[in-house]
Amino acid sequence: MLEIKDLNVFYGAIHALKGISLTVDEGELVSLIGANGAGKTTTLHTISGLLTAASGSITLDGKDLQKVAPNKIISMGLAHVPEGRHVFARMTVEENLRMGAYIIKDQKKISENLENVYSHFPRLKERSRQLAGTLSGGEQQMLATGRALMTNPKIVLMDEPSMGLSPLLVKEIFSIIQELHESGITILLVEQNAKMALAVSDRAYVLETGCISMSGKASELAEDDRVRKAYLGA
Amino acid sequence: MKKNKTGFGYLLNTIVIILLFTAFQIITGIFGSQGSFKLVVVPCLWQCCYLIILAASLNLVLGFLGQLSLGHCGFMAIGAYTAALLSLACERAGLFEDKEGAVFILILFGCIIAAGILAALVGLLVGVPALRLKGDYLAIITLGFGMIIVNIINNLPFCGQDGLAQGSAAASLYKNGLGFGSKDKVAYIWVALLVTILCLTLMFMFIRSKYGRAIKAIRDDEIAASASGINTSYYKVFTFAYSAFFAGIAGALYACANATLSTSSFAFTNGGILNSTFVVVMVVLGGMGSITGSVVAAVIMFLVNYQIKNGSWVTALPASVQGIFEYPMLVYAIVLIVVILFRPKGIFGTYEFSLMNLRRDMKASLARKSAERAERKGAKSHG
Repeated sequence: MLEIKDLNVFYGAIHALKGISLTVDEGELVSLIGANGAGKTTTLHTISGLLTAASGSITLDGKDLQKVAPNKIISMGLAHVPEGRHVFARMTVEENLRMGAYIIKDQKKISENLENVYSHFPRLKERSRQLAGTLSGGEQQMLATGRALMTNPKIVLMDEPSMGLSPLLVKEIFSIIQELHESGITILLVEQNAKMALAVSDRAYVLETGCISMSGKASELAEDDRVRKAYLGA
Repeated sequence: MKKNKTGFGYLLNTIVIILLFTAFQIITGIFGSQGSFKLVVVPCLWQCCYLIILAASLNLVLGFLGQLSLGHCGFMAIGAYTAALLSLACERAGLFEDKEGAVFILILFGCIIAAGILAALVGLLVGVPALRLKGDYLAIITLGFGMIIVNIINNLPFCGQDGLAQGSAAASLYKNGLGFGSKDKVAYIWVALLVTILCLTLMFMFIRSKYGRAIKAIRDDEIAASASGINTSYYKVFTFAYSAFFAGIAGALYACANATLSTSSFAFTNGGILNSTFVVVMVVLGGMGSITGSVVAAVIMFLVNYQIKNGSWVTALPASVQGIFEYPMLVYAIVLIVVILFRPKGIFGTYEFSLMNLRRDMKASLARKSAERAERKGAKSHG
């Protein structure tokens, strides 16, 4: 479904992504793990058009994503949950979710999608009238994720959903990710928490200073000695 | 259900506005010829009108879009000069001779709208490059723009130093053109009020619309907004131009209210009321994100300014305090600091006055009271 070939991205003189290639097939949960500065967020930002690549191709269902403006990419069925819980703090939870469906004109469709998101996140329904800025960290992450689902996307890019959350909430967020995956949503997950990411994913790529050093089935990577040493603390 | 409610809201607001407007027209009819009404009340109202439009329009950029613009009076200057020059041209072309009749009113509104459109176009030109920047950088760019525009106008042969500011053109502006004397101000105060009401309505509708939601989203979190498929640059530039449009209209009303135009009254160094920072003070005082707040704060700041300059109580103060009032900017700075220290969200925060809310609140408080009464009765009968 999503296919990246030979992607090169520069920040000025710094070669951030050195020709990476990866694919995500329909219905898969693929995770991209790696240390700080490996280029995980850069990859996601390039896919959703926030950064421009020097060379390489990004295609979604065969369509070139690099020719599409960032605000149009979402209408092609690719949603991005940015890193660090970006919610509209001075709007209510429901208004936040409705903003997620900004590109949809059909009111009926919006209410349908809203019900769908609430069924995944009952906590958000309880707090629908609350201002988003007053939610807890975990709830804000749920809201950011729910907002991305409001357009009924084909694929969701998730950037560090566990960042800054307590261990208990990390578990909860990952069980939600798994649940979303089981309901048929394709997910590309970027995580520093390699252990949790490998536990829920089908496949994984390991990113090291701009190159993909390993890839394969998540369960096999979790057993791999190098991965265990570098990322799982074993 | 929801549709009906908004429809009812519009109807209610329209009826109330028409009633107030008629009442004001009757008052003007009765007191119009009296000296104090003609020489004090009406000119003050006229000034309040353009200050209200100015503050509310800056609030769109500052409060709702969340971008600091320090050159708002530049757009106002463009509007003022457009309206004045256009009316002067019409007059010289012989389209109207005195300020009466349908033709003049048509030209008057034409000038006001043209002022807005030109200011919006310049807003568009400035906005496209400037809004690529954020925060302090944008503030500096817009500050520079305000100065540049004043200088450009100053050096244009047909409207600068020897044009409208001084010399014969100024006299012509006063006698005919749009420069209203006190008699005309009374006769045409309804235009100022009508334009203000229309502008405020348009701004309210903008804020309530899909566009308004989008710019509030950009203010809260630009990354999340663009991730939701909002074209952030488009909305930023659009809001900037939309806001400049109203600043231009405020400028046109200013041109009407004054006998002469001088670029120095829009300059950043001007200690008077038309300083871009003064407008920022009004917006912050009223509440960034509340049009109601801007309206109230514009009136308050106008009164403060008026009292400092004309209040009889000022002369009764000790000389050292009076000295401060020689520098009105100092007073505004103190107002700004006090507001930020003690009520950072401004008088109204993000609250908007609306008749529908008032009705709802009154209903709620009535219901609460009757519930309390019933409870007390119940307690008594138990006791």
